[in-house]
Amino acid sequence: MKNSMMDSMLRGWLRLGSFFRKKPLDRELDEEIEAHLGMAVAENLRRGLSLQEARRQAMIRFGGVPQAKERQRQERGVPGLDVLLQDLRYTVRTLGRDRLFAVIAVLILALGIGANIAVFSVVNTILLRPLPFQDPQRLVWIAPADANGLSASTYSADAYDDLLAQNRSYDDVTGYFAFSTSDNFKLTGHGEPIPVTGIGVAGNFFHMLGVEPALGRSFTKDESIKGGRAVVLLAHPFWERQFGGDRGIVGRPITLDGRPVTVVGVLPDTFDFGAVFSPGAKVDILVPQVMDDIRNQGNTLALIGRLKPGVSVAQAQAEATVLFPKFFWSKKYPDSAGNYSAKPIELKEHVSGRLRRSLIVLWCAVGLILLIVCVNLSNLLLARAAARSKEFALRSALGAGRGRLVRQLLTESLVLAGMGAVLGLGLAYGIISYLRHQGSIALPLLGSVEVDGAALLWTLAISVGASVLFGLLPGLKISGSNLQEALKDSGQGMSEGRSHERMRSALVISEVALACVLLIGAGLLLRSFMRVLDVDLGFQPSTAAAIKVDYNDGGSVEKRSAILEEVLRRVRAIPGVEAAGITDNLPLERNRGWGGPRAKGKVYRNGDVPGAFVYIVSPGYVAAMGMRLRGRDFGWQDSMKGENTVILNEAAARFLWPGEDAVGKIALIGKSEVRVIGVVADVHETNVEGKAGEQMYLPTMRDEWGPDGAELVVRTKLPPAQLAGSVLRTLRELNPNQPAVEFRPIQGIVDHAVSPRRFFVLLVTIFAGLGLVLASLGIYGVISYSVTRRTQEIGIRMALGATPGRVQLGVISTTLRMALVGIAVGAVASMVVARLIASMLFGTAPTDPMTFAVMILLLGGVAVLAGYVPARRASQINPMVALRNN
Amino acid sequence: MGESKLDLLQGTLDLMVLQTLTSMGDMHGYGIARRIEQVSGDEVLLNQGTIYASLVRLQQRGWIAAEWGTSENNRKAKFYSITKRGRKQLAEDAAYWQRLSSVMGRVLAMGDEGGER
Repeated sequence: MKNSMMDSMLRGWLRLGSFFRKKPLDRELDEEIEAHLGMAVAENLRRGLSLQEARRQAMIRFGGVPQAKERQRQERGVPGLDVLLQDLRYTVRTLGRDRLFAVIAVLILALGIGANIAVFSVVNTILLRPLPFQDPQRLVWIAPADANGLSASTYSADAYDDLLAQNRSYDDVTGYFAFSTSDNFKLTGHGEPIPVTGIGVAGNFFHMLGVEPALGRSFTKDESIKGGRAVVLLAHPFWERQFGGDRGIVGRPITLDGRPVTVVGVLPDTFDFGAVFSPGAKVDILVPQVMDDIRNQGNTLALIGRLKPGVSVAQAQAEATVLFPKFFWSKKYPDSAGNYSAKPIELKEHVSGRLRRSLIVLWCAVGLILLIVCVNLSNLLLARAAARSKEFALRSALGAGRGRLVRQLLTESLVLAGMGAVLGLGLAYGIISYLRHQGSIALPLLGSVEVDGAALLWTLAISVGASVLFGLLPGLKISGSNLQEALKDSGQGMSEGRSHERMRSALVISEVALACVLLIGAGLLLRSFMRVLDVDLGFQPSTAAAIKVDYNDGGSVEKRSAILEEVLRRVRAIPGVEAAGITDNLPLERNRGWGGPRAKGKVYRNGDVPGAFVYIVSPGYVAAMGMRLRGRDFGWQDSMKGENTVILNEAAARFLWPGEDAVGKIALIGKSEVRVIGVVADVHETNVEGKAGEQMYLPTMRDEWGPDGAELVVRTKLPPAQLAGSVLRTLRELNPNQPAVEFRPIQGIVDHAVSPRRFFVLLVTIFAGLGLVLASLGIYGVISYSVTRRTQEIGIRMALGATPGRVQLGVISTTLRMALVGIAVGAVASMVVARLIASMLFGTAPTDPMTFAVMILLLGGVAVLAGYVPARRASQINPMVALRNN
Repeated sequence: MGESKLDLLQGTLDLMVLQTLTSMGDMHGYGIARRIEQVSGDEVLLNQGTIYASLVRLQQRGWIAAEWGTSENNRKAKFYSITKRGRKQLAEDAAYWQRLSSVMGRVLAMGDEGGER
């Protein structure tokens, strides 16, 4: 048994070997047969036959020499491989002869396949691949079910401690400080102060995720306890950028915010905190979060748990509903328990769940493109097939079977698809390396998108699939055509039947229908995007910019006020500055929520007061942001010396005093009584597309509200970049330690917030445009071909008195008929598709008549245009020439 | 034309070649073909050319070996010889054929007796 297997393996090997040694083996066989015949002739001669008869007998006994050789060749080699090689050789020759066709086909295929590879790589990275952590399927994101904004999805340090102590579901729970802003650290000792973005993480963070530092070690337990050693881990890109990849940095101190901090390690290249937890942000360093430091700051920790093996997410959820209501906001306040809830979900779901639908839509759109490409190519091949029908008829007359012909045609399609795939891979590689460097797109994991093994497999699958799809129909069509008819008719005027043309029309119609679906889908998304851009944000993002201001007030509110007043006075004096103000948080960025304001004198039940977003601002901020204010803005007099004041947004004012003017009323914030001096329009604080929550603006001049950092907002008529230098110079004059942070246009913050939608809309629109071009190419091809074919007929008609205008009209109406059928089918399909993407639309109905009308007109117009070119040619046919030619 | 001659069953030619090489020693293709024709009393329908497909197959299986040499009348020719594994294979195949032909003989012999039941 074993022997025979060895034998067949050996034989297969030898066969393959013979395939590559064709020439010498053939020569050897020739010699052998020659010797054979020689001996036979000699023997016959000895038997007394004449030379001629001896030869004849020898040949008869031998049988056909070519047949014997062929049988031997088949026996020793790999017959399929031989045929394939023949087909390939033939393909290269025919395609070489029809170079224009080959180039067009390969280009179209490259576009289709390339777009598919690129989108697949994105989908694969964001949706399909597991997160780059150890056992990622056991990681869960612990947050309330309906978390809106970070503040609502975080927990206090006391709650974290209790969760660690009381849970039975998790191997471990970790967390990070969720309210760090960009450039929140200052690295000194390397020339000018360098702004650095750092995140505080629980001591067990890396251990729990299973991330091993590339160099050095991660944090130890005592380093996240108050008074522990000051240590830092460097992110890989920051280490390379700032320290030139110096391995000796580990163990050495660096100066952060004026304190020496020891570098204990460098994180691996594969770990990107921003990519997973805050898409579109770069994180340079990670520091251990000392829990005691934030114990009084409320809900600041985002929590991640690692489920015990065998514990399901549902079990963890069930436990959470019992456990979380017992946790304290702060144990100093015994009545602060009972406000928490949590619904743990898979971390992967948290990171990319929201994007699933968009990505799938994108995937489908790009799949449609490939389908259109296939239809288009099928059409091109059919047209070519008509011209080649005689060649195939001849081959089949010479004995080629139908299977052999289809095989030949499929080889051609495979070669085309293969070349398209290679070019497409290049294209996809270009797109992906472009995308990877779009740090401003707030999509998770975008930086790690690559053409990996899975993408290559996908490429192979779609290329083969596509080539079968577009090659099979023409193949069957040709090989099934009537041999005699094809050979018989020699005129080029009528070489193909009506059915052939009908099939091509059907293909074009389906192409138009597919393009129609793409266009309407893209149109709806585009309209939604424009609606999003039109949203009244509650502030004016254009012509304003923000810069982070570094200052040291030593904890004194008077000193802080004095510093900030001086900063604003100097900045407002810069030519071109219209308004300036300071806030600690900018909308659409980090946000922070406190217990909301209450109307003085009203009684609220526990849980009735919604949380409010808090902004601690200077006088002038409201104007600098371009917010609409009723009442008055803060003045520097609203300090500890004056009355405690607040500005509310409409949502908060409405909740507190429905139907009344809030200005002048007294509200309670925590235990403080504050007078409402103004009401501003709702600002979109969390996202552009959602609704605004309650907001309160508090003066930075009061001791009760400690601001967390300072963002200077400057409004100007000049392009913000033009002011960057002078603003930074002014800040440096006041504080030499001011790091060279970015002067960020507020519009950029808004753009960042809408970047995922922009990304999807841009891609879908490009695909729709591609679909439109391909469909019009298809229409052009078919109409143009039919005009060429009917040159004689048109000539006769014109000779009989048809005017050029009439001929032209005839051709265009044919085009229009095809386009209209396609559009009708496409429009119906679009209604279904539009319903499927309804949840992705914003302010646009899935049946938006405007979008449907515009896109249908666009498609119809392009179709007519594609038909017009051949129609014009038809009308210019000279009847005499046309008739003489045939 | 060959009505009275036997068509070769699949694999029988290989067996004949192996047997011929065993009994006759090293031979070239022509010699093998002639020998089979002679032994079979010209009852087998054999285009001599088909022997070469069989020879290359046996060679690839490692049952025979080939070497260029000179024939009795000074011609360059390829000589085939059976290998050890070829002999083993021949023994197996020959036993199989013998069993098969005896079974076939018995089956066909019962034909006219109208069955046993």
